[in-house]
Amino acid sequence: MIILGVALLALCTLAGSLLGELLGALLGVKSNVGGVGIAMILLIVARIALARGALLGRDLRLGIEFWGALYIPIVVAMATEQNVILALRSGPLVIIAAILTVAVCLIAVAILARLCGPMETMDQIELRKAATGDAIPVPSAITSDG
Amino acid sequence: MADILAKVLVANGLLTAFVVVGAIMSISLVVSRYVTADRIHASAIAIVIGLALALVGGAVTGGKNGIADVPFLSGMGLLGGSMLRDFAIVATAFEVDVVRARQAGMIGALALALGTVLPFIVGATLAIAFGYTDAVSITTIGAGAITYIVGPVTGAALGADSAVMALSIAIGVFKAVLVMIGTPLVARLIRLDNPRSAMVFGGLMGTVSGVSAGLAATDRRLVPYGALTATFHTGLGCLVAPSILFVIVRTMAGQ
Repeated sequence: MIILGVALLALCTLAGSLLGELLGALLGVKSNVGGVGIAMILLIVARIALARGALLGRDLRLGIEFWGALYIPIVVAMATEQNVILALRSGPLVIIAAILTVAVCLIAVAILARLCGPMETMDQIELRKAATGDAIPVPSAITSDG
Repeated sequence: MADILAKVLVANGLLTAFVVVGAIMSISLVVSRYVTADRIHASAIAIVIGLALALVGGAVTGGKNGIADVPFLSGMGLLGGSMLRDFAIVATAFEVDVVRARQAGMIGALALALGTVLPFIVGATLAIAFGYTDAVSITTIGAGAITYIVGPVTGAALGADSAVMALSIAIGVFKAVLVMIGTPLVARLIRLDNPRSAMVFGGLMGTVSGVSAGLAATDRRLVPYGALTATFHTGLGCLVAPSILFVIVRTMAGQ
């Protein structure tokens, strides 16, 4: 049933949010610490567990994948409600600080990516999976380093 | 007639938002195909249209929620709000290749640390260059360069001036906007085509909104990897900015 997928997704999101709030309170921070990340890890664990028990039906997957597919439209809606005026109006410090920060971080991304050597691109991964018929890898254990 | 139409649109806010976003996506697909010859991804164009609408909405209503402040478009706030955004981001984890994510573990953690410290140094240095001398203001502005949530959280914790808080939020928002628009443009240059570089990117750039939109505009398949690290970014920033980083700034400022 499709609702089971949606319910599982909602349960993981709620549990992640709750754990993120608790972690924030524990650390004395006024913020949710890694709630979405914890929820993602819970969903990955649930997927592996369901796949092991052969419970990962087509409808259940559909209930989750539908929301994943709606992700870009949701991001577009999010873009329409940003306070763009405030960002543009606040003068040169804002503009210089933002541009410099983004530039420095992009350079760091490029350096780190090069330090680690080449890695399979998404296109190559998809080609390999199509060739071997291996859709979802099921490893023996997962770590939660984010 | 107009009244009745407005009433229906407001009463069905979320449905109105589906139609509006659908229209934006359609226009973007056409522009991407026929104006840019598929060179610029439709999602990137859609996000820029979204930001332009936010500008129009802010100018017309004087509010701070972009187009969502226009009464009959208030549903955009629900569709683009944090509840559905987080719900959809978590759903993308269903596609995560766990083996790849594990390989990026250590480098992802390093990226997170750099993504907190580098923006802070840039922000704090510029704050000093622009004449701020007290440790609280310098730290708050530096924190804003991490994300637009870390800025105000840090400012509130340290008791910063409200103008400084607004400044730090603005830096974070502008950073997120730059990441949204700029990512597809530099993707090839920084080798943003595999899960590991997406996780490094998420950890370094920080803002969940900027990272997720920027990656969506680059390659939809990279989103879950970037989001996985970016989600810890704000929490880490809120943890270290008002504590360790503030103490360091105060010591260096001699206060």
